[in-house]
Amino acid sequence: MSLELESAQTGAARFSRPPDGAVRRFLNANRASVGTLAVFAVMIGVFMIASPRVFLSWPIYNSVLVTLPVALCLVVPLVFIVTVGEIDLSFPATMGFSAWIFALLVQAGYNPLLAILGALATGMALGLGVGALVVIANLSSLIATLGMNFMLRGFIMIITQGKSIALLSLMDSTTGSVLSGQIAGFPVQIFWALGFVAIAALLFNRHRFGARVKAVGDNPDSAGQMGIGVNRIRIATFVFMGLGAGLAGIFTTMVNYTWWPTTGDGYLLPAIASVFVGGTPTWGGVGTILGGAIGALIVSFIQSGVVAAGLSGFYVQFFNGLIIILALLGHRWNQKRYR
Amino acid sequence: MPERLIELSDVAKSYGRVFAVGGVNFHVDRGEVVGLLGDNGAGKSTLIKMLAGAIQPTSGQIFVRGVAQPHWSAARSRDAGIETVFQDRALCVQQTIVRNIFMGRELTNWLGVLDPGRERREAERLMREIGFTSKVFTPDSIVGQLSGGERQGVALARAIYNKADLIVMDEPTTALSLTETEKVFRFVRAVREGGRSVLFIGHNIHHVFDIAERFVVMDRGRVALQATKDEVGSAERLIAFMEKLAHPHGIASFDPNSAGATS
Repeated sequence: MSLELESAQTGAARFSRPPDGAVRRFLNANRASVGTLAVFAVMIGVFMIASPRVFLSWPIYNSVLVTLPVALCLVVPLVFIVTVGEIDLSFPATMGFSAWIFALLVQAGYNPLLAILGALATGMALGLGVGALVVIANLSSLIATLGMNFMLRGFIMIITQGKSIALLSLMDSTTGSVLSGQIAGFPVQIFWALGFVAIAALLFNRHRFGARVKAVGDNPDSAGQMGIGVNRIRIATFVFMGLGAGLAGIFTTMVNYTWWPTTGDGYLLPAIASVFVGGTPTWGGVGTILGGAIGALIVSFIQSGVVAAGLSGFYVQFFNGLIIILALLGHRWNQKRYR
Repeated sequence: MPERLIELSDVAKSYGRVFAVGGVNFHVDRGEVVGLLGDNGAGKSTLIKMLAGAIQPTSGQIFVRGVAQPHWSAARSRDAGIETVFQDRALCVQQTIVRNIFMGRELTNWLGVLDPGRERREAERLMREIGFTSKVFTPDSIVGQLSGGERQGVALARAIYNKADLIVMDEPTTALSLTETEKVFRFVRAVREGGRSVLFIGHNIHHVFDIAERFVVMDRGRVALQATKDEVGSAERLIAFMEKLAHPHGIASFDPNSAGATS
């Protein structure tokens, strides 16, 4: 009897019961992404005050919507990788490589749909290779994927001798309008990207795969004991990253109908920053897809926003850093790490 | 006579010439709580790992429900209904109770999409079965928010879900306070009442004496004592016996009838 009393008291002090009420439960389950959304709102507010002329009219938002789809395709799978307890620095080269295959297939006159499938398959195959290298050869993912990024990019440069590929044949084609057109004034890519985010969020939050990714990132020993194929799950996250990189490569190539040997290069740090700005912690086991997507929005906005606000490009890096640090401090205060 | 769940017959494990376990006879019957005691290096861990199939015995035989198991392995141990709960690494502390219980055996539809309602109901049923309920947490609480004893409850609920007949608990109360230990005992008793067996390993002889009905004391790779609670009589006598094992010089004698040592 006294035992019950004791446990009830300590329990109440620990606040371990999830709160009642749908709204509070939602807020509690999505603390990180709600926090990220707050950061975004504050940032837009500051931009609006600093430059009402630019931020109260549409073009600035449209320009963000052009770069955002590519970022979303990279950030979302990266959340899986960080949650499983790894990191991937090779996705920019994977992105460039898959887009290269896409460009080569289109250039060779194949059906664009086949070129898309070829690019996605290439991305997944490269992800499988990188994942196997990290997991089976038991290398540090930080270093191994950094090496892969240099190696793949170097390979592209050697073969192409730094030359780009123009895909102007796609400009007025169906593929062009499906992958690079506009719907109701919005770039069509944003709809594809949002669909990708939605499927990934379902996979992460409501599917066996996401549950196992979190379990492996949380405690691989325990997950292994319970019969989860720890290595298979880890490799699968890299394959998924490859798929996202392939998609991102196709999107970025289709924006200007040109593939550059440097395709993907600029996305490395912004994509990684977006994951952490979004509220996914560095230690694995937990993560948020929605937060990562909002993080991508924030990071994309800093780049367009700072310049649009009338500051010179020199300020971009400073504000990038400022937002990242502020967001991390916010998440630190907002979430607790359990051991 | 209760069913003999698992039996090790003259089982030995050697690494080169060093015997970690030498010629052990050991069994657990259905529905009993067996306490496994012994100093560090006595061979307890090796015995547990052999039960879990993590290591194979060098010689001897393992019987599950009377059937000899010539190809013993982790998978066979699991199929035989043996589940080991390790103190520290058992749970994913950032996940909910539900996620830990169903880890690796999620309840999903044919597409692999989780069925949260069914998982929650099943988790509540399992938790009720071992008396692991509270007004302050729900199956959706994060395990990291639970106390040490409650975490053992999660591990036990999972073991029951996995249809374990023998749950091996490796030092489940070592780092726990009195109230937390009492919680774990309550769970263990509920598990036994459900017809399952528990092998309870511990350093605190008082804890083990309280919860177990039969005791196996290991010493230097051998079973030094197998006795029921009635035969042992009191925790003090068990402690005295173990002290004599630790300091064999100066022992006049001890009752050989109560010492079921292997020859």
